Amino acid sequence: MADTERRDPDELLAAVKREAVLARRGRLKIFFGASAGVGKTYSMLEAARAARADGVDVVVGYVEPHGRAATEGLLEGLERLPNLQVRYRGISRPEFDLDAALQRRPSVLVVDELAHSNILDGEPRPRHAKRWQDIEELLEAGISVWSTVNVQHLESLNDLVAGITGVRQQETIPDRIFDEADEVELIDLPPDELLQRLHSGRVYMPEQVATAVEKFFRKPNLIALRELALRRTADRVDAAARAYPADRTSRPSLARDRFLIAVAPDEQAERLVRLGKRFAAALDAEWMVVSVETPRMLRLGDAARNRRIEILRLAESLGAQTVTLDGPSAAMTLIEYARTRGVTRIVVGAPRRQGWWRLLRRSTSMELVRRGAEYDVSVIARQEPIASPPRQDRVKSREIRWSRYWAALAISGVCTAVAALMFPHFELTNIVMVYLLGATVAALRLGRGPASISAIANVAAFDFFFVNPRFTMAVSDAQYLVTFAVMLMVALTIATLVANVRAQTRVAGARERRTALLYAMSRELAATRTLERLAQVAVRHVAESFSSDAAVLLPDAGGQLHDALGMPTDAAAFQPDLSVARWVHDHGRPAGLGTDTLPAAPAQYLPLAGTDRTLGVLAVRPIQRRRILLPEQQHLLETFAGQVALAIERARLADEAERARVAAETENLRNTLLGSISHDLRTPLAVIAGASSALSDPAIELDAATRARLAGSIEVKAREMSELISNVLDLMRFETGEVRLRRDWETIDDLVGMALGRVGEALRSHHVAVNLPPDLPAVYVDAPLITQVLCNLLENGAKHTPAGTHLTVTAEPGPEGVRVCIDDDGPGLPAGDAARLFDKFQRGQDEGNTGGAGLGLAICRAIVRAHGGDVTAENRPAGGARFAFTLDTTGPPS
Amino acid sequence: MTRAMFMILVVEDDEVLGGVLATLLEASGYRCERAATGERAIIEARSHRPDLVLVDLGLPDRDGTQVIRAIRAFSPVPIVVLSARTLEAEKIRALDAGADDYVMKPFSSPELLARVRAALRRNVRSDGALPVLQLGTVSIDLAKRTATGADGPLHLTPLEYRVLECLARNVGMIVTQKDLITQAWGPERAADSRGLRSYIKMLRQKLEPDPGRPRYLVTEAGVGYRLCV
Repeated sequence: MADTERRDPDELLAAVKREAVLARRGRLKIFFGASAGVGKTYSMLEAARAARADGVDVVVGYVEPHGRAATEGLLEGLERLPNLQVRYRGISRPEFDLDAALQRRPSVLVVDELAHSNILDGEPRPRHAKRWQDIEELLEAGISVWSTVNVQHLESLNDLVAGITGVRQQETIPDRIFDEADEVELIDLPPDELLQRLHSGRVYMPEQVATAVEKFFRKPNLIALRELALRRTADRVDAAARAYPADRTSRPSLARDRFLIAVAPDEQAERLVRLGKRFAAALDAEWMVVSVETPRMLRLGDAARNRRIEILRLAESLGAQTVTLDGPSAAMTLIEYARTRGVTRIVVGAPRRQGWWRLLRRSTSMELVRRGAEYDVSVIARQEPIASPPRQDRVKSREIRWSRYWAALAISGVCTAVAALMFPHFELTNIVMVYLLGATVAALRLGRGPASISAIANVAAFDFFFVNPRFTMAVSDAQYLVTFAVMLMVALTIATLVANVRAQTRVAGARERRTALLYAMSRELAATRTLERLAQVAVRHVAESFSSDAAVLLPDAGGQLHDALGMPTDAAAFQPDLSVARWVHDHGRPAGLGTDTLPAAPAQYLPLAGTDRTLGVLAVRPIQRRRILLPEQQHLLETFAGQVALAIERARLADEAERARVAAETENLRNTLLGSISHDLRTPLAVIAGASSALSDPAIELDAATRARLAGSIEVKAREMSELISNVLDLMRFETGEVRLRRDWETIDDLVGMALGRVGEALRSHHVAVNLPPDLPAVYVDAPLITQVLCNLLENGAKHTPAGTHLTVTAEPGPEGVRVCIDDDGPGLPAGDAARLFDKFQRGQDEGNTGGAGLGLAICRAIVRAHGGDVTAENRPAGGARFAFTLDTTGPPS
Repeated sequence: MTRAMFMILVVEDDEVLGGVLATLLEASGYRCERAATGERAIIEARSHRPDLVLVDLGLPDRDGTQVIRAIRAFSPVPIVVLSARTLEAEKIRALDAGADDYVMKPFSSPELLARVRAALRRNVRSDGALPVLQLGTVSIDLAKRTATGADGPLHLTPLEYRVLECLARNVGMIVTQKDLITQAWGPERAADSRGLRSYIKMLRQKLEPDPGRPRYLVTEAGVGYRLCV
């Protein structure tokens, strides 16, 4: 029992997330009706009044100004948002004002006509193409919305309704909106009553559809629509009821039905997809829409190929998984795929072929039924489209190349000339072979049309010149008819085969190019770490691949979007619209050119979606608008955006990890520092306090020499403290990355001279020799910092070697710059300690009797590393230690 | 007493340090006025007409460089800055604002007094007459452009003379790298620090007893050069 009740953690997480989102989201209530005139708006307003009376903050965002007295009466006493006046072709029209609603933020907003389309070319321009998008934005902003919709406006029922009424509805809403609505109230009115209301003039009909009214409001239509509306509502209730027990014991996913809808790019496909959606919804099944690219399909024009992608889009928008497969035979490919995915039912359209053609070739549906014995195969009847979109003619999309036809005729001419030479010596059978060869060549090189022409010309020439009676078109011997037929068929077969291969190569080539573009960018992105570089790479690749301007917009610490590469200084350069980008970033949906939101913008804005939030926005302004709007290009662009988002997310995570590491290290440093300071600062402080109090106390008698000695020790200890504090500060500045190198050309002589001048006192008991060749090149370094390195190394040498030790400073030019060494002939480094010497708070073996917190060498390393080199420590073979580092002799990049 | 009582304005907000500075200066024969804020400093500089101003860069009410600029607007008085080590950029900013020299904190009394003397000397000798420099065994007459070492006459190129002359005019005080290049080569070569380095190196070879540890031509890392006599 416990096992069956255990739920998949991912599923649980998804449910929790969904609930979290829903909690913030406003609630959508839809007043649903079978047709206009059933009283949706009336019921909605009545409900609004009731809610108002209960003290709910209800505001009317928009109600169609029908001028109906009853409706007007209901509006009285309700708060109404002012309408937005949109000018379009000289006419001003009231529209819903989204921004006003967002600003007012009521708890419930009433907006009529969920399926309304905004006037895209109006002034001011709307943000979204459709009202349901406006409403989605309101819901996201936490505002609950009540709206109305008719059954004919549901996307998946669109064709069905068109079939019933003969009127195709242009304004539709995605089924998702309806299915995800929190509440749907069906406003039902028997057809007779509706007709009565219609005739008494109580139903408002916009004038533009007045002609359709006659056709539409017939009783059989109304009955069918009412039935549809009732059923759709019942489906919803059913789905809700199903979802409820699923919360406690989920069905094993294997037991679920899985539908595979196979589509070809014809006018039936759209209907097939909508049907599939209805099937899947009715049976609570998973469904996928599959398109197979067969060689035959590859020959279709671009229009058909684009239609295929649009169909897949529609399927996606209806909630299907979409897949594109390729293989030689559609049926075989589908069955193989169905097998791997555990499909239970395959849905295909009925074949279009009619008459004798059907006898020659088996249709995909027949093949599926024959081979896919283990599946239920549903073959959906064909239906002639109501108002089919103008079909792109296959031939039209390719221009006819006349030169090829002339070439075909030339081939026939050559064949005839050769045949004429052969005629006296060979039999007719062999002469036919010459023509066959010619037809083959034409088929291979010139395509199907010219090949057929060539075959026909060949047959004609053969008949005319060589078959008795010669020089007439008459054929005395019937057997030559066979020759003609075979020659024609050979030519056509070869030409078809070649055309198939060519088309396949072309498509494969295009696909490979797309993959190559994507691969090129992914590979470069993978090798890039910083956000700025990522943006650079992305912008370059997108610009090249889509011949467009591109920009990557990322939020800064304050959440403000800005161009990751800095705002362009050139006024002619692409300046993305930050307000559109902001919207895209906040809503995680694309906007601008080619989308439903702000389509008038010159650029398209795509969200860069990370796993849990939008990371930024990719803006693309194509040079050629049309090109980027091709579905294939859109798909590719989205994939690009996905890749960029992935890379950015990776870079962000790496940054965060690095920051965490630095924070931990800084914390560690701070702790060690505190411990160290208590010792290293207190000792000199004790001396200073002791000596100065002795000096200032009048009770203590001191002679001049003692006073001088005490004062001297105060100075020495004060300097020691000052050094320590400077060291700590320096190191802190390096650790926090605050130090900026101020590089300049310096000579080693000068740097060493300065260091020796500064260390002076500390080296009194040691012998220092400087051995620099006269022709050392200048180095490009930060002089104060490198002087500090030299000082620290010299002081270190003096501190850790006995008095009288020799210290030698040498330098020599090498391939990577000037190598500076500081050698001593002291006891050398303790074994195995060399690398750790440079860690913070590390000291050599003689711990305790030498001052300093062990920061000197750590600072040296930090400084030299900031210059791009490193400090090394080793024991010299001749005895003693050697500290060395290399300085850059290449200048600044010009 | 051979020198007139020079008056020095000490601008320092730390009471104790201000007191120490005043004691030190008064013990060395100068008169002292003190100001604890930038605003006070500007007023004092106007009313007392000091011979030298000693300014701490970290003041409570305003940035030390603002004070320098304000004083420079009405007076050519020598200004010496007190500044913490390692902040080269801050020093250069102060020098560009019109300061003549700086002393690093923590400083020793002899060091501070030497800087004060050098700054006062420059003020006295503002007539532009070029001195005869005596650097150890080498003596250089900048007006006549001749130099003699222990082993006889030394040859200096005209550019070397110009560099030396620029340093000699501010003897004992810092001259920024930028000023040095501008005055010796002209403003269009201001970025060429490499050329300057090699001239300094050659000058040291000719003038210094131990060019590896310069005593007279001293480099102030990241800021400029100082001629110490």
